[in-house]
Amino acid sequence: MSINPDLQGRSYPAGPAYTVGREKIREFARAVKATHPSHYDVEAAQNLGHRDLVAPPTFAIIVAQLADAQLISDPDAGIDFSRVVHADQRFIHHRAIVAGDELVAELHVDTVRAMGGGAMITTRSEISTTAGEKTATSTSSLLVRGEEQ
Amino acid sequence: MGIAIADLTVGQTIGTTTVELTRQDLVKYAGASGDFNPIHWNADFAQGVGLPGVIAHGMFTMGAAVQLVTDWIGDPAAVIDYQTRFTKPVLVEDTTAEGTPGAVIEVTGAIGAVDLDNSTARVDLTVTAAGQKVLVKAQAVVRIW
Repeated sequence: MSINPDLQGRSYPAGPAYTVGREKIREFARAVKATHPSHYDVEAAQNLGHRDLVAPPTFAIIVAQLADAQLISDPDAGIDFSRVVHADQRFIHHRAIVAGDELVAELHVDTVRAMGGGAMITTRSEISTTAGEKTATSTSSLLVRGEEQ
Repeated sequence: MGIAIADLTVGQTIGTTTVELTRQDLVKYAGASGDFNPIHWNADFAQGVGLPGVIAHGMFTMGAAVQLVTDWIGDPAAVIDYQTRFTKPVLVEDTTAEGTPGAVIEVTGAIGAVDLDNSTARVDLTVTAAGQKVLVKAQAVVRIW
């Protein structure tokens, strides 16, 4: 399997909407050991001016990795998932994600660089609500190790 | 929220925290995030792909480390930009029978930059496990109202 060099510049349209649930925010917050009350208690979140429970700062990875899965599972991309290593990650929050949001992510393959027998792929998920409000930009670099590495 | 941007100086520490984790925490994170890569829960699989053993999700470490910033600023929504590079894996021992931590992550935060025009500050996180830096260029930008 080898990485398709034509991937750079490719985009994948948004898939089905992801509905952010209160229990998912609570579950994710517990999983990253986040204890801030605004992840768990609606009143605490509203006292800070939020509509509903606030997602932890890395929650958007759920939506971003669903978008990345489109690329990774695309047979034309030539990516062997068992050889993928997460190299770096960035979230820019245009506004916080809160419970009740209906999110969609458009995926862009920004760069593909050959590295040894593998490649470094940088993807960008533009995450917005179904109403078109921008919520977050998630950028991930994925190192796909070559066969000999 | 009690933090005034005028009081912040570059280099000032915002605090330190310790995150203890077990294999069970990785299973929980896998379920919560949807990332079920077996390198995070199956030792044979992890070793089969050349890792020393089961390792934590980089995103677990990134997610747990920012808690220090959230607690300091008082609102998770104040974190408007957060990035890191994943350099070393966090090896998590199987301590299921002992009930002790399988790994310990140490997190320290310091002010890296202050932007008075935009009313933001950058917090630089130092994140280590077993004496090694596991995140590099771990930076969170917070908006200070």
